[in-house]
Amino acid sequence: MAMAALRREGRRFAPLISHNPINAVRSSLISEDLAPQGARFVSTQIVRTRMKSVKNIQKITKAMKMVAASKLRAIQTRAENSRGLWQPFTALLGDTPSVDVKKNVIVTISSDKGLCGGINSTSVKISRAIHKLSSGPEKETKYVVLGEKAKAQLIRDSKKHIELSITELQKNPLNYTQVAVLADDILKNVEYDALRIVYNKFASVVSFMPTMSTVLSPEVLEKEAESGGKLGELDSYEIEGGETKAEVLQNLSEFQFGCFLFNGILENACSEQGARMSAMDSSSRNAGDMLDRLTLTYNRTRQASITTELTEIISGASALEG
Amino acid sequence: MHVIRDDNVDSLKVYDRVCTVIQSTVKIYDLEIDEDGEDGEESFEVRKKRVRPCRTERPPKRSTMLRQAPRLLARATSMMKVRSFSTADVPATPTADSSFIDAWRKVIPNIDPPNTPLAFMTPRPSTPTSIPSKLTVNFVLPYQSELSGKEVDMVIIPATTGQMGVLPGHVATIAELKPGVLSVHEGNDVSKYFISSGFAFIHANSYADIIAVEAVPIDRIDPNLVQKGLAEFTQKLSTANTESEKAEAQIGVDVHSALNSALTG
Repeated sequence: MAMAALRREGRRFAPLISHNPINAVRSSLISEDLAPQGARFVSTQIVRTRMKSVKNIQKITKAMKMVAASKLRAIQTRAENSRGLWQPFTALLGDTPSVDVKKNVIVTISSDKGLCGGINSTSVKISRAIHKLSSGPEKETKYVVLGEKAKAQLIRDSKKHIELSITELQKNPLNYTQVAVLADDILKNVEYDALRIVYNKFASVVSFMPTMSTVLSPEVLEKEAESGGKLGELDSYEIEGGETKAEVLQNLSEFQFGCFLFNGILENACSEQGARMSAMDSSSRNAGDMLDRLTLTYNRTRQASITTELTEIISGASALEG
Repeated sequence: MHVIRDDNVDSLKVYDRVCTVIQSTVKIYDLEIDEDGEDGEESFEVRKKRVRPCRTERPPKRSTMLRQAPRLLARATSMMKVRSFSTADVPATPTADSSFIDAWRKVIPNIDPPNTPLAFMTPRPSTPTSIPSKLTVNFVLPYQSELSGKEVDMVIIPATTGQMGVLPGHVATIAELKPGVLSVHEGNDVSKYFISSGFAFIHANSYADIIAVEAVPIDRIDPNLVQKGLAEFTQKLSTANTESEKAEAQIGVDVHSALNSALTG
């Protein structure tokens, strides 16, 4: 957003440069202080205003970058520590993204605030693609949206597919209890055979990989276990605790969803801060470049006006003499 | 499955001291946990950080701080142990699901398929023919991996059906856990943790994954606060009217009595 504004500024400025010499001649006898209507002074004044606004933009984006960097530092350790949480589940149940089920629910995780680069658009693009991939006769795919930005984008064309939307996740610092309650809400209100969580995994400050985790409902787990394949070994596990295997599997699947969601939300928050940091960094760098260009133009304009004034005075004096 | 409420975390020994420290410092300071080698006493080194005035973060509520206290303490105590699990994400090993990628490419050729968790995980070794001598334990919490890839002799986990001992070569099991004591036996060392509920997966290749929501080393628990909490919740249980109140009070009673027996047993 800031970069687009800067680009607009640059384009608007170009025509003014060509008009300068003509304007300079017209108002040669007027002194610098008077006549703000004089076209020559208008140009330097406009340039000065523009320079001031660009400098302010640079300051603001630099400050936003610092804030994002500090927030990133805080949340990065938490996200990395939570990575151990989903690995046991994948080790036990494997990963079956290509499972063919009737009811898919796509949980899209995005940010509430903007100015964070392209990560929200990436998440929405992938969610839409998954929707297309998993659509077919007798199948239905619904969205559960976390975060304002994805909601704004998805509501435009998939409004009737959005089952639930949750915003203001990061108002309080993220913790597992909050996410567990959220997961509980989702599981209670949404019918599903497979849940697909879409988020941006934080690989490094400059790289965010869109990722999709799959959580299956207990019935589908049973079915897949019976049919063999990756989950075939599930039957060989003894079940301790709970009255029936179904009950334990249900608890397991709900716990799995809570853990995956927690990790996904943390990773996405990390990616958001990282993306915001790099977006603000490039924006302040652009502002700096723009400021340099404006300064040069300003000096050129100023020097040209001084030169023309001198020329007029000298030619006038020489006309008087000779 | 039991869900631990924040009230139950009252039973921490250094709760007051930690909370006041955290309350005053968590807004703008960076907390560094230093471990004194001799007597294992933790001291918090507080380092000031220069922050822009535009950052207006309220200090977190007490309940989230109580939640953070055990994590910070647990982090301090476990700093000696192997912690490669948490950050050692191996990105993009080519074990991704090929059928998914093919299906994706057919329908959506323009966009790259998203990664799946399998791509980020180091694969587990397969079941060996003879029983290995050590059990490899991964004990994870939402906030950190307490033990990752640690080789031990035995663990005793508090399954809902009772205490269960797990030795290398144990049959593959999925166990649901209730609040209780988890003890890890390595040679002559025994480390005990009080965990809230969770799950434990024991695989055929002598890998044990224990996932709990909260875990506290036993020596961090204050017996007085446990007694107080137990009395409080028993009273709440007797005066509870609605189903949800009764359930909450029951959970409180269960956890506190488990804590009690953990301290005495």
